[in-house]
Amino acid sequence: MISTVSKLRTFAGKAPWGFSFFGAAAIFLATIVFTDGVGAGQIITTALTFGTMYVIVALGQMYVITAGPGNVDLSIPSTIALAGAVSMKIMDGNDALILWGLLAAIGVGIAVGCFNFALIRLLSIPPIIATLSASFLVQSASIAYGRGLRIRPPEAFAEFATGRIWGLPTLAIFALLLTVIGSVVLHRTVYGRSVTAIGQNQRAAGLAGVKVDRVRWTTYVICASLAALCGAVLAGFSGGSSLNMGEEYLLASIAVVVIGGSSVAGGQSNVAGLWGASLFMYLLVTMLNTFGVGAGIRMIMTGLMIVAIITIAGGPKPSRT
Amino acid sequence: MTVTAEAPFVRLENIIKNYGAVRALGGVELTFNSGECVGLVGHNGAGKSTLMQVLAGNVQPDGGELSVLGQNESMSYGVQRALELGVRCVFQELSLCPNLTVVENTRIRHPSITGFGWRKRASLLIRSFLDDIFPGNSIAVDDLVADLTLGQRQMVEIATVFAKTTSSLRLVILDEPTSSLDHAIAGQLLAYVRRFVTEGGCVILISHILGEILSTCDRIVVMGDGRVVEERPAARFTKHSLVEAMGHVNHAPQAHQPETVVKARTAPVVAEIQPPRRGSMTLTARKGEIIGLGGLAGQGQTTLLVLLQRSAGRHISFARCSGPVAFVAGDRQTDGVFPLWSIGQNITIRSLGTMRRFGLIDPKKEREMERRWKERMAIRTPDMANNIYTLSGGNQQKALFARALASDAEIILMDDPMRGVDIGTKQEVYHIIRSEAAKGRTFIWYTTEFEELTSCDYVYVLRDGAIVSEMPRSEITEAKVLQSSFEEVAQ
Repeated sequence: MISTVSKLRTFAGKAPWGFSFFGAAAIFLATIVFTDGVGAGQIITTALTFGTMYVIVALGQMYVITAGPGNVDLSIPSTIALAGAVSMKIMDGNDALILWGLLAAIGVGIAVGCFNFALIRLLSIPPIIATLSASFLVQSASIAYGRGLRIRPPEAFAEFATGRIWGLPTLAIFALLLTVIGSVVLHRTVYGRSVTAIGQNQRAAGLAGVKVDRVRWTTYVICASLAALCGAVLAGFSGGSSLNMGEEYLLASIAVVVIGGSSVAGGQSNVAGLWGASLFMYLLVTMLNTFGVGAGIRMIMTGLMIVAIITIAGGPKPSRT
Repeated sequence: MTVTAEAPFVRLENIIKNYGAVRALGGVELTFNSGECVGLVGHNGAGKSTLMQVLAGNVQPDGGELSVLGQNESMSYGVQRALELGVRCVFQELSLCPNLTVVENTRIRHPSITGFGWRKRASLLIRSFLDDIFPGNSIAVDDLVADLTLGQRQMVEIATVFAKTTSSLRLVILDEPTSSLDHAIAGQLLAYVRRFVTEGGCVILISHILGEILSTCDRIVVMGDGRVVEERPAARFTKHSLVEAMGHVNHAPQAHQPETVVKARTAPVVAEIQPPRRGSMTLTARKGEIIGLGGLAGQGQTTLLVLLQRSAGRHISFARCSGPVAFVAGDRQTDGVFPLWSIGQNITIRSLGTMRRFGLIDPKKEREMERRWKERMAIRTPDMANNIYTLSGGNQQKALFARALASDAEIILMDDPMRGVDIGTKQEVYHIIRSEAAKGRTFIWYTTEFEELTSCDYVYVLRDGAIVSEMPRSEITEAKVLQSSFEEVAQ
């Protein structure tokens, strides 16, 4: 058993992103074997659509987690809810206002990101508490703002969110583009290198001339903006925003980052793995649904699977010599 | 191997300890007898602390013999054995748990206090010793250690070590015990040390305050470069002769004697700093100068460098740097190395801004810089894409030098960067520093090695965070630097 785990760990160490794809494929196979191949195409398409939402949110969370131990954004669900409500209200069902609605959503993200970082930096609150308390404020804002009214998204926007190009969900292509950009930013820009440096050793990064505060600030803003973007798209997809539509993204965003091969301790991240992990997370739920297990068992199984994956994939880092 | 009445409590014979290429102890011969207080002095890195770690059982010597009461203990000596034999120490870094009370800390030090009512017994024990050693102290034993002042913590630390329970207490090592105590309290401690010695105990006292060494100890041992260089009864030392004995360290002949011509200080000032709330003297660095920061270790030199680094491109009232700054870490683990990165990435991080093409880092330029500095610093690796930890400590240090030198920095701050670096590398780096300074770069160099100060144009000595003296190259002598480093001898 131990040797299996260590072998898997060696594999995960060499190709941290491969692991999540491997898991996703295995679960997919188990599901279609159970259904005798019925609905395989359907499952793939929905997985791509919903997985895409995970990918968008997790991309932001990945930057935050990369910035080092203790950094995490827990305000994602409430940001999704608020941005969804704001964008729907601005768009007001009018195709001409789509761009303004999206900009407003991103504006919400930037504001939440700045607020989060202000709490963390100016008031020296640990990120986990700062973003959690910020999320209560944001949640209250969206309750006050939305007042339960449900505005339908503009038709063109709904079409974009649910449509397909060459059989693939438009959203998936859009998110793929986003992850490619995210990957370039991580590996080829000064910002990306700076985040990785801070995540490994914040003090050394500061002494090496990295503008630590500015980089961390940008990181929280990027994360909240991506969550806000997801909120707008999600509202477009599901025919209007609702207060609890971001709920499942709290655990999902963190789990996807970690299962995708990024280090929980920071300083090392993996963009490709986000896709594998998102599909894995979605397919896992689908599989358990197909097997017909009850909601309680499903949650227990999901939890256990995540723990197992993190144990194997997030094993000890290569030791220092 | 018979136990005779004359057998000293501890005898050290030819004790050797190496850390990599660095010889920390080069054959130490010493004895410590019951009923005497031995003073141990020497400059930084003389091997005092390593020797005490050997006595405490924390460090295993590479060679030599340690015998206690005539019994050879070399084979089985360790922390546990040292405690059994009654050897205890108060180290410079306080070892109390700040989140626990004084009583609870006492319990940790004395595992024999167990069972029902331990709190009461530990409380009585520590109370009696605190009052015995420091009469009139105002420490409440139920206070959290975190709520005590630094001096009070030191008192608690000392009292828990002297507190006797079931085990015997025969030898106490006090490493800088008075550094955070005021004069009156220090006097109480030294008086207690004398009482302890009269009752048959043995104390080893390490201190940089020479007056208390001279007045308290029976015998004084001077160490230098991992050896005992002088050993006399305390009565045959004076402050002056003690400083002189510490200065008489055998230097390896320098391969390249730097020119002793003093450059006139006319170049424009590029950096200035006055340590906040610490005296009125200011450090001034001019373009092309190598400025040395001397003094004992941990007297605020690193803080000063970090402040200078922070002041670059920002307005801070007590420090000013005109031009870009780079920092060379001495403490590689905490201040320098990015452990997950390659050697190359560790070098280029400081210069990424200049390698952009269309906003993206150009891999070609990055490889080019890596290659150039691999050659220039002679970094011994087959591939700069290997992880930084595949390098030896000295080569990691070269990579950190390369990071600073490859950058656009005009002012380079060095935080005792030669620790653990072998002599060959040092010579290479000295040479590079001199040639870069000649090209107009300014170096501010904190070093604990006197020899390195002699290659600086100007030296500032720090003590307790303040600049206490300054001297141009022509006036730098080891005696002068030592004089300013020690409070009591300074004028």
